Amino acid sequence: MRMDEGIELSLTIAQIIQRLRGSHLHSQIERQAKECLHQPDVKLESLKEDVRSFLKTSGWERKLQNAVYRELQLPPRHPPAPPEHLKEPLVYMRKAQASWEKRVLKSLNSMSTELGVPLAHMRPAAEQKELTNKWNEMGTDEPDLSRFRPVYAPKDFLEVLIGLRNPNHDSSEDISVRSHWGLIQVPLNVRDIPHLREAYSELNLTSGQMGIDDHALIHPAVLCTHSLFCLHVSCVVVMEEDSAAAQQYSRQGCPTGLRADLWALILNATNQPQDVMHYEQLKAGVIQHNLLVDNLIYKDVKLTASNDDYYFVFEDFLYQVLLCFSRDTAVLEHFKYNSATPPKSYIQGEIISVIPFHGFSMYVAPLCFLYNEPSKLYNVFREMYIRYFFRLHSISSHPSGILSLCLQFERLLQTHLPQLFYHLRQIGVQPLRLAFKWMVRAFSGYLSTDQLLLLWDRILGYDSLEVVAVLAAAVFAFRAENLMEVTSLASAEAVLADLSTLKVMPLIQVFLFATAM
Amino acid sequence: MSGTPDDTKPVNFTVKAPVYLQIGDAKADTAHSGVCVVDVNLPFGKPVNIEEVTFKNYYTAYVTVRLLRRNPKQEAPAKWCTAVRDLPLMDNPHTEGGSQDYYTIHRTQMQVEPDHVVCARLILRQPSLAWLTFSLEDIKIFPHTEPDPEKEVSDWLSDLTLTDQHPDLEGLPDPQTVSSSIQQMWALTEVMQTNQTTASIGRFDVDGCYDISLLSLT
Repeated sequence: MRMDEGIELSLTIAQIIQRLRGSHLHSQIERQAKECLHQPDVKLESLKEDVRSFLKTSGWERKLQNAVYRELQLPPRHPPAPPEHLKEPLVYMRKAQASWEKRVLKSLNSMSTELGVPLAHMRPAAEQKELTNKWNEMGTDEPDLSRFRPVYAPKDFLEVLIGLRNPNHDSSEDISVRSHWGLIQVPLNVRDIPHLREAYSELNLTSGQMGIDDHALIHPAVLCTHSLFCLHVSCVVVMEEDSAAAQQYSRQGCPTGLRADLWALILNATNQPQDVMHYEQLKAGVIQHNLLVDNLIYKDVKLTASNDDYYFVFEDFLYQVLLCFSRDTAVLEHFKYNSATPPKSYIQGEIISVIPFHGFSMYVAPLCFLYNEPSKLYNVFREMYIRYFFRLHSISSHPSGILSLCLQFERLLQTHLPQLFYHLRQIGVQPLRLAFKWMVRAFSGYLSTDQLLLLWDRILGYDSLEVVAVLAAAVFAFRAENLMEVTSLASAEAVLADLSTLKVMPLIQVFLFATAM
Repeated sequence: MSGTPDDTKPVNFTVKAPVYLQIGDAKADTAHSGVCVVDVNLPFGKPVNIEEVTFKNYYTAYVTVRLLRRNPKQEAPAKWCTAVRDLPLMDNPHTEGGSQDYYTIHRTQMQVEPDHVVCARLILRQPSLAWLTFSLEDIKIFPHTEPDPEKEVSDWLSDLTLTDQHPDLEGLPDPQTVSSSIQQMWALTEVMQTNQTTASIGRFDVDGCYDISLLSLT
C-alpha cells in the first residue's frame, strides 16, 4: 500500500528469515539436511535439489511453511519505526498502558507490605517435598486466603478505558453525537455490519455451521453425509498438518472429536520434547519459590472456576497451568513483536510475566475439556494468551483490543438498536457496563461450554476477537423486547444474567445477516 | 538495488514553519481549511536526486508532494511538478488508523523522476473536524546513490558444495595451525584489553633474565 509491492515483499521475506534464523526449527532442518546426505539418492551434482526434495517429502517443508505462516500473523515492520511504535502506534495509548501497569504493580506491592507477605520467597525443603507429592491434587489444599484480594477486577479496568482521551481530539464541537451516547470516547475505526458481512461471509445463513446444522432437525441421511464430509475434510487437514487450512476450516466450527488437534495446529502448539522440558522447568520453579501472585491465583481459581458447574472438576489442572504461566518469561519474549507489554515486574530477580486479575483462570478452564496432558494444555493456553487473551486486558488501538471491542459493541447497538440504547440511557443504564464482563472473559463462564467452544472456533478461524463484540450486541438484540420493559439497572442485569441457554451461532448469524439495513 | 537509508545519511535542509491556510481574513475567528503547506528548502546550489522521503505522521489524512526541479543542462528556469498526489495516510480521516504512523515515499512511487530537486513542498490535508491539529514530523529526505555491483546472495546450502582446496605448500606451515594459533593470540589480546590495569609492569627478573611468560595476566 505504502511501498512498492516488490520492495515490501522482499522486506517481509528478509524479516521473516531474520526471525526464523537461530530458531529451534532452523537447527532441526539443518540437522535433517546434514543427515540426509547419507541417503543414496542424494547426489553431489544435484545436491541442492535433492536436499530440497528430501525436505519436502519428509514433511519438513510443511513444518517450515507452518512456521512462516505463523510469523506472517505478526505485523509487518517499516524500517524507520522504533519497536515501541510497532507495539502500539499511538503515543497517548502507550502512556495510558504504562500508567495502568504501574498502578497494578503498585497495588501488588502495597498488598505485600500490608499483609507482610514477601513478593517472592524460597520454599523450605520440607514444603518443596510436600508440594511435589501433592502436585496433581493441589485442589485439596485449603489455605487461608481470606486476607488476599484480587489486584483488580474488570470493572476497575473499564473505568480506565472510559477515562481515555486523545489529547488531539476536538471534543468541543458536537461533530458526532453518537460519541456522547456511549462510554468510549476514543475514535478508533471499527467495522459496521456491511463490512462484517464481507469479512465473515462463511457465517452466512446459507452456509452450514457445525453445531447447528448437524442436529436432529435435518433428515438423518443428509445429516450423515454432511457430517461425514466435514469430518473427512477435517481429518485430511489434521493429517496433512496444514495450519492455514485448519484455520480456514475452523470458521465453520470444528467437529468435537477433532477440535483439540485442529486448535493445536492453528496455534502451532506442538508438544515436542523441548516443550515438555520447558514445562518441567517451570514446574520446578513453582516448587522452589513461592510468589505472592500464587496466592492470588489460588484465590481466583477458588472463587471462579471451582464454583462453576462446568469447570470445578478441573481445579487441579488450573493450578498446574496458571502457577507455571505466571513464571514463564518466554511469554514476555513474544511481546517484543506484539502490541502492549503485559503487566510484568521484577521480583527479587525473577520476572513474573502476568499479574492475574479476578476471573483470569476462566481463560484456561474451557481448554481443560480439550486437553488432559498438562504440558500440552499449558502450551495451547500460552499460545491462546499471547495471541488473543492478553488483548482483553491491555490498552491498545489494535482492532482486537478490548477498547476496539467496546467501541464496536456500542456502535453496533447505537446503529441497529437505537431505541433500545436510548431507553437504557433513559433509565440510567450504560449498555457497555452490562456487556463488559462478558467481553473481557471472551464469554468464558457465561455460555455453556459447547457454545463457548464454538465461539472460540471462530476467534481462531478469523484470527480476531471481533466475534466477541458482535455476540455481545447480538445478545442485546435477542433480549431487546425484555430490555425495553425494564425500568432499573437491577432488572436490566436480571434480564441478562443467564446466558447459559443461548445458542451462539444462530444469534451471530441472525444479527449479521438478517438485520434490516 | 540502490542504497538504503541505513547506509546513506539524509540531506540537510531547512524546513520552514508550516503554513496553515485560512479561510476568510487573516485575523479573528477564521475557520481552519484543513490544508497546510510545508516548504522544504534543499541546500542552495546543490540540487538533490531524491531516493526516498520519510516522515512521521501526526493526524494528516492526505499528503501531496510537489517538487521544484532545475535541469542543469538546460538553461530553462526551474519548474514545479507533482510527485505524489493525495497519498492517503489515514484509512479514515475521522479515526485513529495511521494517524501516528511512520511513512516512506520511495522514488518509484513518485509520478516524476525526483532528480535535480531544488525545493520540495508538502501539502497536507485533514478534512475532518475531529482533530485539533495535524502535521508531519521528522521529515527526512534521502539522496539517491549509485547502485552497488550485483552481489550474490549466499545460500547456506551452497556451503555444502565447497570442496577443499589444497594449495601447494612447500616448507610453509599448515594454514590450519597458523590460523588457530592466530586466533588464540587474538583471544589473548582481547583478554588483556579488558583487564588492563594501571599498575606498572615493572621488571620481572628471574634468575637475572626477562622471561615474557612470567608477565601476570590478572
